[in-house]
Amino acid sequence: MRSEKMFIVSHAPFWHNGSNVAERHYGMLLAAMPAVALGIVQYGLPAVAVVAMSISTAIFWEWLMNRVTKRTITVTDGNAALLGLLFAMLIPATTPWWVVITGTFVMMILGKHIFGGIGGNPFHPVVVSLMILTVSWGAFFDFNGALVNYSFSFNALYPLGLAKNFGTAAVADFTPGNLLLGRQIGGIGTTFGLGLIGGGAYLMAKRYIRWEIAVSFLSAIFLTALIFHLAAPDQYAGPMFHLLTGYTLVGAFFLLPEDSSSPVNFLPMLIYGAGAGVMTMLIRNIGNYHDGVLLAVLLMNLVNPLLDKIRPKALGKVA
Amino acid sequence: MMNNAFSRPATAAIHYELLHKTPLGPQHVTSSGTATLLVEEKLERQSQIALKSGDAVQTGQKITPFTDRPAYAISSVTGTISSVRPMSGDFGKNYTAIDIALAAAEVMAEGPGGMEPTLANLTEWLAGAPGNPPLHLFQSGDHTIHTLVVAGVDADLLVATNQFIIKSEMHAINRGIDILKAATGVSHVVIAVPRDLVQGFGHTGADELKAVASEYPAANPKLIIYEAFGQEIPAGKSCEEMGFAFFSAEAVASIGKAFDSGQVPFEKTVTLVDKNGHKTIISARIGTPIADVLAAHQIQTGDGDRLIVGGPMTGSAIFDEQRPIQADTDAILVQGAADVSLVSDYPCINCGECVRVCPTRVQVNMLVRFLEAGQYEDGAELYDLDSCVDCGFCSFVCVAHIPIFQYIRLAKYELSRLTAAEASNA
Repeated sequence: MRSEKMFIVSHAPFWHNGSNVAERHYGMLLAAMPAVALGIVQYGLPAVAVVAMSISTAIFWEWLMNRVTKRTITVTDGNAALLGLLFAMLIPATTPWWVVITGTFVMMILGKHIFGGIGGNPFHPVVVSLMILTVSWGAFFDFNGALVNYSFSFNALYPLGLAKNFGTAAVADFTPGNLLLGRQIGGIGTTFGLGLIGGGAYLMAKRYIRWEIAVSFLSAIFLTALIFHLAAPDQYAGPMFHLLTGYTLVGAFFLLPEDSSSPVNFLPMLIYGAGAGVMTMLIRNIGNYHDGVLLAVLLMNLVNPLLDKIRPKALGKVA
Repeated sequence: MMNNAFSRPATAAIHYELLHKTPLGPQHVTSSGTATLLVEEKLERQSQIALKSGDAVQTGQKITPFTDRPAYAISSVTGTISSVRPMSGDFGKNYTAIDIALAAAEVMAEGPGGMEPTLANLTEWLAGAPGNPPLHLFQSGDHTIHTLVVAGVDADLLVATNQFIIKSEMHAINRGIDILKAATGVSHVVIAVPRDLVQGFGHTGADELKAVASEYPAANPKLIIYEAFGQEIPAGKSCEEMGFAFFSAEAVASIGKAFDSGQVPFEKTVTLVDKNGHKTIISARIGTPIADVLAAHQIQTGDGDRLIVGGPMTGSAIFDEQRPIQADTDAILVQGAADVSLVSDYPCINCGECVRVCPTRVQVNMLVRFLEAGQYEDGAELYDLDSCVDCGFCSFVCVAHIPIFQYIRLAKYELSRLTAAEASNA
C-alpha cells in the first residue's frame, strides 16, 4: 500500500554534461578509421583479416576476464574494441593469426586486466603487448620482411630502416607530400599521415585526448630531429621525415595520451610529451632500434606517476 | 541513440543566467490547508514539547516548541497545531516539525513592533526570517566579523532569487544594512552582484560593490572572497572564521522590512523551475507544502521524477512533496523522469576533466581514489579534500559518472564526526 509518489532521490549534482566512457571510445575508433581504411586499401584482405581478428579476440578476452573476475560485462564500453583496433593498426598486414591472438591476450590480460581493468593500467596495454611480442617473435614485425610479397608503386622499404642504415640520401623519395598520402610501408594504420592528423585533430577538438601531450610530443620530435639534422645533414634525416614515418603520429594521438597511463596536470603533460619525443629521436638516431616510439611511450608511462606529483597548489592550502 | 554526440563540441564553461531586465513581481502561492514550520533542533523526548495539539496560533506569532531550549519559529499562518514531530534531513541534520491546520479567517498577532536595532532583538525575532539571516555568526566568541557581504548573486545555477531581490527590493536592503551595521558594529558592508549588472546600481547603503563573474561557480562564497577580496580562505576554515559574514540579499531585505513594518516577514521568494526548464519567480509563505506550489503552477509530478530543493549543482533531492518551504529554500526544481541523470560504479579512467574544471585546483582524480576506498583522512592530508568548496562541478563533467561530489560530502561529514568525537573524548 502506498499513496505517495516514488521520486528519485540522489545526491547533487542533478545535471551532467552528457559525456560518457563509451562515447569517448567510439569517438577514438572513429578517429582511427581513415588511417585504417587506407591500410585496407593498400594491403587488401589480409589487413581486413588482421583487423577483424584483433578486434574480435580483444573483445573476447575482455568478456572472458569479466566472467572470470565476476564483474559487470564491460564489452560495450568500446575499450576492448579500441585496443584491438590499435593493436591491429601497429602490426603488418601479414601477421599470422596466432600471433594476433597471442598479442591481444597479452594486451588484455597482462596489459589491462591484471591491474584491475580500465583506469588501472600503468602502461598502454597495446604498447606492452607489442613490445613483448617484438622481443619474442621479432621477425613478424620487421616490415621489410613481412611485406616482401607486396608490390607497390612507391619505394617499398621501411623508411626508418633506410634512414638509419643509409642516411638522408636514401630517403629522398619520401617527401612530406608522399608520406602524408601514405606512400610508405608500415603497420596497417600507421602510414596515412593525413588521416592520422585529421583523426588527431578531431580527438583534440573533442577533448577525447589531452592536446598538450600530443602537441608537446610532436614539437619535441620536430626540434630534436632538427638539431640532429643540422648537426649532420647527411647522416640524420630531417624533422618532417621523422614526424611522418614510423609510429610518430599514431603514438602522438593514440598511444601517448592514453587516459590512465598519462598525467593530467598541465606542466606534467608537457614534460611527458616532450620527454617521449626526445627519447624517440635518441633511440631512432643513436639507439639500436629503427623506431623508438614504443619504448619511449613505455618509459614515459613509467615516470607518469612521478610527473603528476608536480601539481598546482590547491586553494587555501597551508604550507 | 548517439544523438550527435560525435559532432557536439567539447564541454565549455557554464554560465549563470542573468535575470531578465525587468523582473516580474513574484506570483503568490497560498497554502491549501496546512503549513509546516521547521525548527532546526532535535526532538528527543515528548516531554520536551511545550505545545499541544489544538493550540491556536496566529499569523506572526512566535512559537517556542521546547520547554528546555529557546529555539523558535514565527508562525506564517493562523490555525491550530495538529502535531509536533521529529524530522530528519541530509547528513545527520535534525528538525522538529510543527504542523498547523489553517483556520478560515486570518488573525495577525502582535509583532515585535518598533524595536531598537540590537543584536539581541534581531536574534529574538528574525533568526528564521526569509533568507535565513545567519545572526549566530556574530555571537561566537571564536572569531570577529569585520566584513559583511550581502550576496545579490545565487551560488547555484538557475536560481535567481537573490538576483531578483537585489533588483526589486533595494530600499529594504539599504534599510537592513543600516540596521545590521548598528546592531553588529560591523563597519564594512559589501554587496556582491553579477558583473553584468554592476553598472546599473546607483546609490546603495553598502560601502562597496563587488562584481562576480558569470562562470560557474564564481558565486560560491569562498570564491567570491578569493576573487573580489584577493584573500584565500585557508583549507578547512570557514568564511566567518576569516571575518567574513555572508548574508543573502533576501535575509538583509527581511531585516529591513521587519523594522519598517514592525512585523516579521514570512513571504519567501522562490525560483520555481518546471520540467521544461521554464523559470518563474514566486513567493509563498514559509511552511507552505511544496505540493501546493507545484499544484498552483500546474506542474504534474509522478514516479521516477526528481524533486529538488535548491539548484541543479548543489541542491538536495527530496522524497516527499509535503516538505514545506523553508527560510532558505531559494529554489524548487522539478526534473522529469526522462531528464534524470544517474551515477554509476564504473571506475575512474583518469581522463582529467575534473582536474581541469576544479575552481580550487584539487587533484580530484587522485582524491576520488582515496575516497572510494574510504580513506578519508589520507584524502584530506594528501589530496586537499579541505580545499574543496562543494560546487559539484567535478561530478557534472565526470565521464565515468562517478558520484564524486557525494563521496566528498560523505568524507567531510565522516571527518567532522571523527573530529567531534575526538574533541569530546579529550
